[in-house]
Amino acid sequence: MNLGLAALVGILFSVGTYLLLQRTLTRIVIGIALLGHAANLLLLVAGGRAGRPPLITDEPGPAFVDPLPQALALTAIVIAFGAIALLLTLAWRSFVLHGEDEVEDDLEDRRIGRLADGARE
Amino acid sequence: MNVLVPLPVVLPLVAAAASVLLQRWLRVQQAFGVLACVGTLAASIALLARVESGGISAVQLGGWPAPGGITLVADRFSAIMLVVSTAVVLAVLVYALGQLDAAHESLYFHPVYLVLVAGVSASFLTGDLFNLFVAFEIMLTASYVLITLGGSGAQVRAGMTYVVISLVASTLFVAGVGLVYAATGTVNMADLSQRLAEVPGDLRMALGLLFVCVFGIKAAIFPLFFWLPDAYPTAPSPVTAVFAGLLTKVGVYAIIRTQTLLFVPVGRPSVVLLVIAGATMVVGVLGAIAQNDIKRILSFHIVSQIGYMVMGLALFTLAGLAGAIFYIVHHIIVKTALFLVAGIIETATGTAALSRLAGLVRRAPLVAALFAVPALSLAGFPPFSGFVAKLALVRAGLEVGQGVIVGVSLAVSLLTIFSMSKIWGGAFWGSLTEQEVSPTPEAVPRPVPAGGARLRVPPTMLLGTAALVVLSLAVAVAAGPLYALSERAAANLLDTTAYVTAVLG
Repeated sequence: MNLGLAALVGILFSVGTYLLLQRTLTRIVIGIALLGHAANLLLLVAGGRAGRPPLITDEPGPAFVDPLPQALALTAIVIAFGAIALLLTLAWRSFVLHGEDEVEDDLEDRRIGRLADGARE
Repeated sequence: MNVLVPLPVVLPLVAAAASVLLQRWLRVQQAFGVLACVGTLAASIALLARVESGGISAVQLGGWPAPGGITLVADRFSAIMLVVSTAVVLAVLVYALGQLDAAHESLYFHPVYLVLVAGVSASFLTGDLFNLFVAFEIMLTASYVLITLGGSGAQVRAGMTYVVISLVASTLFVAGVGLVYAATGTVNMADLSQRLAEVPGDLRMALGLLFVCVFGIKAAIFPLFFWLPDAYPTAPSPVTAVFAGLLTKVGVYAIIRTQTLLFVPVGRPSVVLLVIAGATMVVGVLGAIAQNDIKRILSFHIVSQIGYMVMGLALFTLAGLAGAIFYIVHHIIVKTALFLVAGIIETATGTAALSRLAGLVRRAPLVAALFAVPALSLAGFPPFSGFVAKLALVRAGLEVGQGVIVGVSLAVSLLTIFSMSKIWGGAFWGSLTEQEVSPTPEAVPRPVPAGGARLRVPPTMLLGTAALVVLSLAVAVAAGPLYALSERAAANLLDTTAYVTAVLG
């Protein structure tokens, strides 16, 4: 297990989570992307130590690397790519409609909240 | 190789591709979509019959033997879920033909809807943890498109929340798969159920809780439900209905599957799950009572009802799991029917806000009847299906002496009746007075329904809704055999050896 990679996974997760908690949509998108990288890197690290490429050859040599986590990570990367593209268009649409790059409030929710405030007074 | 097992996934996917080509001929595309759903339903029923007579059937796609290959498994639980979900999907599609305008349908509604069906079926059938992630993603990606179909301001706002929260869940899912692979070296569920037993108990519990969080976000259990009442009501009503009926239940299915097959809790009943179940019920129903919009009340009720299903799982007895399975079947049908009625009201009057509705029972008696039956069923009145489902859970709880959770569930039932009568009193009875029309200055002005004229409702909308209401009555009538089937499915879940031998041979 590579300690450097493990630490990198941790850093990516924390930075991604921090960005996710912001109100600006672009930061949220970047945060999601970083979280995705962290998860994919975690998959790779889960595969064990690095080694030869997993190709079928006749020559003897050191053990080759576990191909399954790489296949899984590849699938996850493609899915994350599509999702982030959609997220960007949504953020763009939100910007076009409202003219600002921020998460909108839920009006109905605020009204219910005000009802509760009214009851307390 | 058994062709029947992959059919509920392959059929809608192929139909979705063909449906894209039919985009220019809307009528043909509609008929094709209905036909594809009928075919999927037939395949699911055949699969259930096969599993019922011949036991669990597993298929290795691509011919690679498990645990290396791509495994699809159909046991009783997944077959039951398939039949119910495809029946609901078909009814909602028929309903959508009357409700969606050409503008929405031209935005590739039909192909995306079929992809959603394929994703849901794949989630029920997969026998591989990573493919469960892929199936979830197929389903979610389709749902991202459907929930923002039309791209209005409210939809983009709610859709953004929905997409972000789902992506966080997916990321956690990938991380969870990575950790499980690091601990065991496999992602095949049958293989995992053997290897996880050798993993130290505390590590297994940590992994199990991580997956409860992942699926809990999808299933909207307490405290991860906050996104649901915000996201669901903004979509077009057939979309909301199918989301409300199916998507959260796919999350519940995944929780039940992973908790019974992979991360079996040591203590039974599982205290963590019982607390989650109780809190989910109470918070959901209290949220529903506070709301004013029909769709929002119903959305909070989804949360509350999820608690009952988790309660059945938490008991970890045969009766508890059988009750949970029966509850899911009842809930999918009834909840979808209620959302379809809410959609009818919204289409016909232009609003779903209780403060702007009144006296619908005179103007649309049939719609009122279509609302009353599932509403009473949801609250658990005899002789409807909800009564049987709740009775099964209450008996299962008392059997193992869990009086507290049973008391909570009964109290929540009372509150459910209260909030259902709030919809009934607000929308179907009474008359509109001037000050009720605009409760707050912030409210968006909408067309107020005109006088006492009869409401015009498209016939396909009524047909789709009525089909589900009749189906829910059929569940109540056939409660005996259905509960026996749920019990056999629960027995399958508790004894994992049959599942493991069916996959690994």
